[in-house]
Amino acid sequence: MNEQELHDVVIRALTEVAPDVDPAAIDPQTDLTDQLDIDSIDFLNVLVNVHEQTGVEIPERDYPKLATLDDAVAYLLAAQPRGAGTDA
Amino acid sequence: MPSLGADMTSGTLLEWRVKPGDAVKRGDIVAVVDTSKAEIEVEIFEDGVIDELLVPEGTRVPVGTALATVRAGTEDEVPSARPVPAAPQPPEAHRLRASPIARRVAQQLGVDLAAVTGSGAAGAITKADVEHAAAGAVTPVAPAPAAPAPAASGAPAPPPAPPATPAGEPGDRALAMRQAIGALMARSKREIPHYYLQTQIDMSRALAWLAEENLNRPIAERLLPSALLLSAAARAAAATPALNGFWVDEAFRPAEGVHLGVAISLRGGGLVAPALHDADRSSLDELMSGLRDLVTRARAGRLRGSEMSDPTITVTNLGEQGVELVHGVIYPPQVALVGFGAVLERPWALEGMIGARPIVTATLAADHRASDGHAGSRFLTLIDRQLQKPEEL
Repeated sequence: MNEQELHDVVIRALTEVAPDVDPAAIDPQTDLTDQLDIDSIDFLNVLVNVHEQTGVEIPERDYPKLATLDDAVAYLLAAQPRGAGTDA
Repeated sequence: MPSLGADMTSGTLLEWRVKPGDAVKRGDIVAVVDTSKAEIEVEIFEDGVIDELLVPEGTRVPVGTALATVRAGTEDEVPSARPVPAAPQPPEAHRLRASPIARRVAQQLGVDLAAVTGSGAAGAITKADVEHAAAGAVTPVAPAPAAPAPAASGAPAPPPAPPATPAGEPGDRALAMRQAIGALMARSKREIPHYYLQTQIDMSRALAWLAEENLNRPIAERLLPSALLLSAAARAAAATPALNGFWVDEAFRPAEGVHLGVAISLRGGGLVAPALHDADRSSLDELMSGLRDLVTRARAGRLRGSEMSDPTITVTNLGEQGVELVHGVIYPPQVALVGFGAVLERPWALEGMIGARPIVTATLAADHRASDGHAGSRFLTLIDRQLQKPEEL
């Protein structure tokens, strides 16, 4: 997936747990849990959803690296499998 | 119209999920009801055949109104119509007793526990019962529970009715919910002599164990600290009967199981506190998946009636917002509310040394009519003890 597609995946996952949020109003550089008033269960649901859509494994210690929208997209872009058998 | 929580006085029947002639079994969802708080899926508590729907969709009726009549037995039998339980249910009347392993096996094998007869203690469903049912063995359907008590006996007095507000508009719902919460909490503060206790708990072991455990788990199966706190609270409640139950008719009625109410804040304001059933006998995995499911459905407005009416003790976890402790207000007719604050790194003295440790402050608000500080203190100590042995939760 390219950057835009990953961006859309994250937005979709976020609006699933916070349906009242206007995607256009999300500040890409502000902490998502504070900004959207979501809790750890919501955030876990977002990450599970993103994992299912992208196949990217997200170890628990990396959760802080997905704290903002920009960070999350950058993390996924760097971590996503690049074709079968080549994800190292 | 069942009472879906002590703060409910009436409900609007939104949708029937059954029609006359449909066979139903205990636990089936038969209707969706709109309370002031949420849309709730209403289960039926006996087996039979739907005879007549008495309340049309879109109608608002008081708690206690008969919604439909149900014939006992199968369609071929002589009909003996009797009203669907409509009076407020005794909270523990329709609970399924099943061991955690039995629940897990039932889930794996796709067996509906409501249709399994338990052979264990007090009719509890065992693993063997589930396997028996899955193998297609003739398993008699669990008998329907006794007819519900009339509204006047055993049920708590309803709180003052909030002004009738048509549900539908978000603003109306938010207002109605605020009024319902206000009425219930005012009743709690008016009637319940609360006493409060608090203790600080070192979470080092619990969090270290959790991090290690999560390393080996796929993301969808990872545990959150909340699951450990809920499990510890549920087990401590099971060991402290004076805190787990209901104050009804000037007397304390202990509950049979621990159905842990979990306070869940809703987007746009307000909160609900539905139950995780048999939380003291659930594994951490079951609690975690139950919690995720409950939070998701609570916020989507799709809870079930038994979840709303069953809690025997409630936990509120305000740590997510960063506060250090919460002194809760008890949900009548329950007699205790457990609070957890944020897990914060704090200086902690141990064996003459001071170090930085993750600390959570656990609190208890309890009803002095049902228990004393001694029992409450024992309860918080038990929570602490459980959290020092996370591998046993």
